Amino acid sequence: MSVTKKLMYINRRAPYGTIYAWESLEVVLIGAAFEQDVSMAFIDDGIYQLLKGQDTNDIGMKNFSPTYSALGDFEVTQIFVEKESLEARGLALDDLMHLTYEDEDEDYAEKDSIKVVSSSELADIMEQQDVLYNF
Amino acid sequence: MPIEVGGKSLETDEEGYLANLSEWSEEAATALAEAEGIDMSTNHWEVVNFLREYYEEYQIAPAVRVLTKAIGKKLGKDKGNSKYLYELFPYGPAKQACKIAGLPKPTGCV
Amino acid sequence: MATLHTVNKSPTDRNTLEACLRLAKGGSSVLMIEDGVYGALKGTQKSGIVEDAMKDIKFYVLGGDLKARGIEENKLIDGVNVVDYAGFVNLATENDRVQSWL
Repeated sequence: MSVTKKLMYINRRAPYGTIYAWESLEVVLIGAAFEQDVSMAFIDDGIYQLLKGQDTNDIGMKNFSPTYSALGDFEVTQIFVEKESLEARGLALDDLMHLTYEDEDEDYAEKDSIKVVSSSELADIMEQQDVLYNF
Repeated sequence: MPIEVGGKSLETDEEGYLANLSEWSEEAATALAEAEGIDMSTNHWEVVNFLREYYEEYQIAPAVRVLTKAIGKKLGKDKGNSKYLYELFPYGPAKQACKIAGLPKPTGCV
Repeated sequence: MATLHTVNKSPTDRNTLEACLRLAKGGSSVLMIEDGVYGALKGTQKSGIVEDAMKDIKFYVLGGDLKARGIEENKLIDGVNVVDYAGFVNLATENDRVQSWL
């Protein structure tokens, strides 16, 4: 059988203005369906994908921000947000959507998916991956 | 090919998925199911309604593995397994049930 | 004689806003649209360039693009005006020309 690989998707573009954010999310969901060990990192303008309260009614585009809340169901439970990128935009963890997953090993306890990490911590996490995809 | 429902013609794509999510109705679901050779029972509706609620909340259709787990949680362990779901939707629960629910083809679907 | 400049790229992704402000003359208006609306956020690394330019340039931001991105008006730099599509059209007609920075 196939070997489980550690895949990380790195998101550094804002949503809606370009197609990168939605394309990445779709690829992540497909990858997750194949039972790989998938994590995501949000750096630079990618941070903006996670802002809460998105409402696209006036611009006639699909609001895909609710889809990030399904990541936990797809067993994508590691979502890293770079602290430096967050701070460069005057934002805090509180400005982002609250993403959670249920930990099967702990009687389905609800846990936070988002972890705010420094650049150097994120660099270390990237070094542990088998495959990295940039969007 | 468009399908005829209650005197209205509903557009579908080449694989038979409804082109317009908002045109879905229970009548349309019954017609879509018929085209798949499925006679809708209470058990079928349970899954179809679950999919519609899931899509409403997350804006995507769940992959089959996610569907199975979520159904098990919501409707009980005896229903949260692929055997049960494949009995209801022999050509793939995610694919066939999504079509009947009027949703787009699921991402990474079976 | 005035110009309306539109900017549709995020200032933390591209230098479009900086290029626009380097070349926009006093009395111009700058309208931030699409990903350009991130340029109207206060407290970012790039807020300063807008605040500095404000003394002789008027800044506008398209409300629908803000809402889509989950940006509340209280997060904007003071003095940036929110407009809707009709406001966009008014700005375009009130000015002699429109320059679209991409």
